[in-house]
Amino acid sequence: MSGRTEIRITGFGGQGVVLAGHIIGRACAIHAGRQATMIQSFGPEARGSACSATLVVSDREVLYPYIQRPDIFVVMSGEGYEKYGRELKEEGTLVFEQDLVHPRTVEGQRACGVPSTRIAESLGRTIVQNIVMVGFFAGVTGLVADEAMRDAVRGSVPAGTEDLNLEAFEKGLEYARKSPGESSVSVSEPSLEEVSP
Amino acid sequence: MTVSTNPTVGQEMEHPSAPLLRMERIPHVWCPSCGIGTVVKCYATALERSGVDLDKVSVVSGIGCSGRVAGYLKLDGFHTTHGRAIPFATGLKLGRPELLVTVISGDGDLVGIGGNHFIHAARRNLDLLVILINNFIYGMTGGQNAPTTPLGAKSSTMPFGNFETPFNLPHLAASSGASYVARWTCLHIRRLTWSIEEAIGKRGFRFIEAVAPCPTLYARLNKLGSGLDAMRFYHDTAEIRNGADTREVDVSFQSPIICGKFVDEERPTFLDLMHDHYSNRLGDGYVPMPPEGGMLHER
Amino acid sequence: MKADPAGVLTGSHYLDGDFACGEGAMAAGCRFVAGYPITPSTEVVERISRRFPTLGGTFIQMEDELASMAAVVGAAWTGSKTMTVTSGPGFSLMMENIGLAAMMETPCVVVNVQRGGPSTGLPTMVGQGDVMQARWGSHGDYEVIALSPQSPQEAFDLTIDAFNLAEIYRVPVMFLMDECVGHMTEKVVIPEAEAIEIEPRRLTEKSPESFDPYQVEEGQLPEFARAGDGYRFHTTGLTHDEHGYPEMSVECQEVNVSRLVGKIRDNADSIVRFEEEGVEDADVVVVSYGITARVARLAVEEARSQGLKVGFLRLVVIWPFPEKRIRELAGSVGAFVVPEINYGQIALEVERAAAGQAVTWPVHHAGGAVHSPDAITEIIIKAAV
Repeated sequence: MSGRTEIRITGFGGQGVVLAGHIIGRACAIHAGRQATMIQSFGPEARGSACSATLVVSDREVLYPYIQRPDIFVVMSGEGYEKYGRELKEEGTLVFEQDLVHPRTVEGQRACGVPSTRIAESLGRTIVQNIVMVGFFAGVTGLVADEAMRDAVRGSVPAGTEDLNLEAFEKGLEYARKSPGESSVSVSEPSLEEVSP
Repeated sequence: MTVSTNPTVGQEMEHPSAPLLRMERIPHVWCPSCGIGTVVKCYATALERSGVDLDKVSVVSGIGCSGRVAGYLKLDGFHTTHGRAIPFATGLKLGRPELLVTVISGDGDLVGIGGNHFIHAARRNLDLLVILINNFIYGMTGGQNAPTTPLGAKSSTMPFGNFETPFNLPHLAASSGASYVARWTCLHIRRLTWSIEEAIGKRGFRFIEAVAPCPTLYARLNKLGSGLDAMRFYHDTAEIRNGADTREVDVSFQSPIICGKFVDEERPTFLDLMHDHYSNRLGDGYVPMPPEGGMLHER
Repeated sequence: MKADPAGVLTGSHYLDGDFACGEGAMAAGCRFVAGYPITPSTEVVERISRRFPTLGGTFIQMEDELASMAAVVGAAWTGSKTMTVTSGPGFSLMMENIGLAAMMETPCVVVNVQRGGPSTGLPTMVGQGDVMQARWGSHGDYEVIALSPQSPQEAFDLTIDAFNLAEIYRVPVMFLMDECVGHMTEKVVIPEAEAIEIEPRRLTEKSPESFDPYQVEEGQLPEFARAGDGYRFHTTGLTHDEHGYPEMSVECQEVNVSRLVGKIRDNADSIVRFEEEGVEDADVVVVSYGITARVARLAVEEARSQGLKVGFLRLVVIWPFPEKRIRELAGSVGAFVVPEINYGQIALEVERAAAGQAVTWPVHHAGGAVHSPDAITEIIIKAAV
């Protein structure tokens, strides 16, 4: 399974977990020439609190579609962290909503926090919190080129909302450049003003 | 409905509805004095009088004695599965909206095993003409109890008399949303024919119940005499009450049967509502299925 | 003929298997769909219900699966290409009218996104336990065609093939997806309409006077007339003669059933489809289908890395089964390993076709997840000894 990156994205219903996964998968599979298989959790848990999507990104055909232990864990709710936090690989990357998730320090893991909800609020639309997170994800992981991610955002969001969503994406990306995360969990937080236009 | 012979000159005369019948299949399977043939004749006459393009008429039946009707009419005919005549007909109508689709089947078929489809087609006001021939029992399988068997009447599976409350069919149809509801017995040939003809000219879910108790099993099990006796009974006791409240037209054992046209209210059909809704929501983006259907042709 | 561009969403998409199946149906020319909501198949009709109003198609959500299947058979007689979509319990309810479609020789497609069973089972989780039901589920003797995609891309491609096969053989075609493929999102490339070959409904050229709906020339299929064209034909689920009239006789039954069975069996060589790799000098051949075929390839790679000679055969068409090929291979290989998400359905077919020449090792899984590749590797190693 070389060249294989496993990702889990989780949050509560309404945060746009599945769309975030869709955008990352689409960026890899359609705009970056890689293979990406996304699976979203279904059933009662998909409607309720902890919603989850998984992605396998690879340079060869994805034969095993499920993840075993994620290399990257994107988490937007405390409950999601409690449910899946332990799965993350020892050397994995944690990408989290820092106002909603308070992760434990794990030796060897990189932890990257972003106040994505507050940034989305500063844009006037909380609903784009997930896109801020996707931008931040792009910046801290470098999984695919930023331009591929932008194309995926453009192609995945409802018509007429592209500009707003791309702005949210750029905010997340910008935040990542300023605060790319730490190898242990003690996040220095730039003020919101620093990332505002 | 056998080929009648003129007794005076011994010449074979053609059945008046022969152009609409599959004469090569006559004699039919129905018992002497069964009312099903009468209903077929009424339907054929009504069709001819209505002036509709017979090439565009489909008849769908389910299973049972009345389920055989589709097999004797010289129209596009579909003899389907037990209880599924209405959904099959739904596919025909929606697949080619210009068709006049008639369902002719029995009580056990349409409101027993097929009851769910019946109420939903009425609820949707689907453009179907449904003629239900009510023989009060399951005839083809040997006289078992039906959802229409009157209280107290005997059937082969209720040998001590039926204790289940039967459906009041006009009320079931009306309360489910049918836009036309009528009931006649197979003695009311002129009225039944006229009612079918009228219903052909209307749209939406049109329901006509034709009461035709099984002369072989229902009459025998209940000691009601011959087919002629049954006719006499309906002649003497049937009561025509057009516009009657359908709550009051339930059928009891050997009690007067209330006949008439109970509901006649045009309202938008499933296809009307669908076209209007999509036109409003999608404007020029809406591409309705053409009347001749969604078949793809070589371009 | 070529596909109608109206139904073809040309381009590269990131779609799940259910959506891809819906797109495949629309590209194939399907213009009537009846269905009833059931997990994990519902996304197929959600996709279709959104797109149909813009391309002249009609979707109706029926009151149950009995009605959905009946409506699909009825609509097929108007010349439309028709489909229904379901899972597990809904597939069971459709069996009655799948039999009617088989008996009336009605082209249509039945999509079953398989979940864990029996009964309500695991509504949101994967299974492959409906393989035998797809073949034998309705009463009486008949044959169907069944296909099984392993990816969203194949959910698109093979749905088109399913519609084409339905037309060619006048049969209900079973499209056996599984929950994993249905709910898995991957890249799906939809070609230009010009590049998609569509088998049209072929209407009889006979006059109404000379047409009989089930008159058949030797080795041919009956010709098709659609409702409303003046043919005034009759068709029935009863055993019928060439006029489509009920005929309760041993001779007529023989004519009917032998045609329903023979049109598939006699053409099996044209319908059967599989992919194989490394089977020529293999000691063990792994036979699989659907999502399990992907997982099994990891096991094949692992076993090969341990020095074992392992071949791989993936069923694309499940029914008819490639028994000739399995029999040939059975002469040269020592064993077949058959992983599937059930307790041995295709494994029994492999064993039957191998006819004692090679040993068959099933790799059972009750459902709810795919196999772990290690579980398959373990059996491959055992089988190779």
